[in-house]
Amino acid sequence: MKQKRSLVVLSAMCFGFVFLYLPLLMMIIYSFNASRLVTVWDSAHSPTLAWYRELWTNEEILSAAKLSFKIAALNAVGAVILGTLAAFSLERYTRFRGRTIFALLTTAPMVLPEVITGLSLLLLFVALQQLFGWPSGRDATTITISHITFSMAYVVVVVQSRLATVDRALEEAAMDLGARPWKVFFLITLPLIAPAIASGWVLSFILSWDDIVITSFVSGPGSTTLPQLVFSKVRLGVSPDINALATILVAGVSVGVMLLGLGMVHRDRRKNREARAVLVPES
Amino acid sequence: MVVMAWLSCRGSDAMSVIGLRLRQVLVRQSPMRQGVGRKLVIGIPYLWLALFFLVPFLIVLKISFSNVQLSMPPVEPILVFAANQVVQLRIHLANFSFIFGDSLYVAAFSNSIKVAGISTLLALLLGYPMAYGIARVRGTLRNILFLLVVLPFFTSFLLRVYAWIGLLGRNGPLNALLMQIGVIHEPIQLLQTDFAVYIGMVYSYLPFMILPLYAAIEKQDLTLLEAAADLGCRPVRAFFSVTLPLTKEGIFAGCLLVFIPAVGEYVIPALLGGPDTLMIGRVVWDEFFANRDWPVASALSIILLALLSGLVLLLQRVQAAEKSAS
Repeated sequence: MKQKRSLVVLSAMCFGFVFLYLPLLMMIIYSFNASRLVTVWDSAHSPTLAWYRELWTNEEILSAAKLSFKIAALNAVGAVILGTLAAFSLERYTRFRGRTIFALLTTAPMVLPEVITGLSLLLLFVALQQLFGWPSGRDATTITISHITFSMAYVVVVVQSRLATVDRALEEAAMDLGARPWKVFFLITLPLIAPAIASGWVLSFILSWDDIVITSFVSGPGSTTLPQLVFSKVRLGVSPDINALATILVAGVSVGVMLLGLGMVHRDRRKNREARAVLVPES
Repeated sequence: MVVMAWLSCRGSDAMSVIGLRLRQVLVRQSPMRQGVGRKLVIGIPYLWLALFFLVPFLIVLKISFSNVQLSMPPVEPILVFAANQVVQLRIHLANFSFIFGDSLYVAAFSNSIKVAGISTLLALLLGYPMAYGIARVRGTLRNILFLLVVLPFFTSFLLRVYAWIGLLGRNGPLNALLMQIGVIHEPIQLLQTDFAVYIGMVYSYLPFMILPLYAAIEKQDLTLLEAAADLGCRPVRAFFSVTLPLTKEGIFAGCLLVFIPAVGEYVIPALLGGPDTLMIGRVVWDEFFANRDWPVASALSIILLALLSGLVLLLQRVQAAEKSAS
């Protein structure tokens, strides 16, 4: 009986991982395909780096990528600052007026359909423009503001759960020794929650770098981000240079996550070794 | 939220909390200074969210009660300053009655729920054994498998959906494979069908399903299964009467995490679905960009929001319960 069940689990796992990775693998393979018909493998001229070369000389894609990078980096900084403040308020100030609404506002952007968030932000920008003349038109600024609004929610989650594990005794000790609250925060709390802030930054960057729906609502004619460009190309069908672009992006992220994972495994091992060293005295 | 699932549990130290309270009572801080700092810390993110998240919804609500007119923005104001200094409030419910009267919109809503529901079920059927398998493996392999589940979440959503366009195409690998093994004799239409949308949904949201399930299964006390076995319970029955009920919070959270975004999804039906794949996210998009009917797009958003807000509150309650349990 036990055999039977593990067979079910094993086959589901195999199928699941093949399902998750086969499409990415195919995309990578076909990015080296010489044929313009993406689904037909041209064995005479493949593999080729032609699409990568074309990508490198494509001004449109390069400038869109540059804009996306700028927005994503700026967004990540803003989201980390606002998200950390919000997480601190929720975790340390357990009682203040409007806390329930505040908690709801910080988590809602994660679960709301992007179409609604995008539409509502655009309507806000239009109304603001009518009333105050700002923002004049929609551009990188409106995109960045919108991205900060939804990605700070993720920062709040990451930072808040880290804050909850911080030993308050450390903060108290600093305060008892006469440090002012802001000094306690920068000298004690901030270093302790730094890993969470770093992962919040990375997460916000990726969310912004990847966003298409909200961006489409709040962007203007002069500001086309990389996902917008990819989306408009992809709607017309598969194109080999997008395969090449996807390969670069997927490879970049995979290497990053892999390094992060290796670091985690390494840290675990070290911790285990240290724990064992404490428990088992050397003979 | 995904992140929440894989963050380790917290161990709050009761003593330090008591210590803090004591300190607050014993040591008097200058109240002014602390008050200002505290107000700033709470106030800045609060103001941001109020301005860029709460107010926009009020505007959507306002515009959903207004009429289309040829101007920029293409809506009639609902507050009108009439001649004799009287302010008129013109609220039109026409958009809502129009939506509920038109079978297209009603069909879009019911179809979105159907597609999201089926996708959630498929993701659960595939995700549960995967999460189970990962949670029961030990050591480094578990870390690797876990990373493999999380990794797609960090790669571009758009490109992952795009990858299926090539795979499902008429001359694509999947059709070729099916012909090779003799299931079909000529290429069949896979792309631009509901089938393709289900695949895209499950593919994109599978990590959201697996992570809370993994967290729930991993927490389970394995001695319970041993106890069941000692009492003569067969593994399959033990699974259904011990493991499955113990992980029901995880199942619930996973299903909500997949269902909620799937209902309002735009990109997947736009790229993989056919012209007849009606989904509400797509309808809102088209009303806004193609028809430039802002009031109807707003009214549709309000209805969708009303549908989802109950589920969102439910999700928050489930996650709060999970948090306090751990």
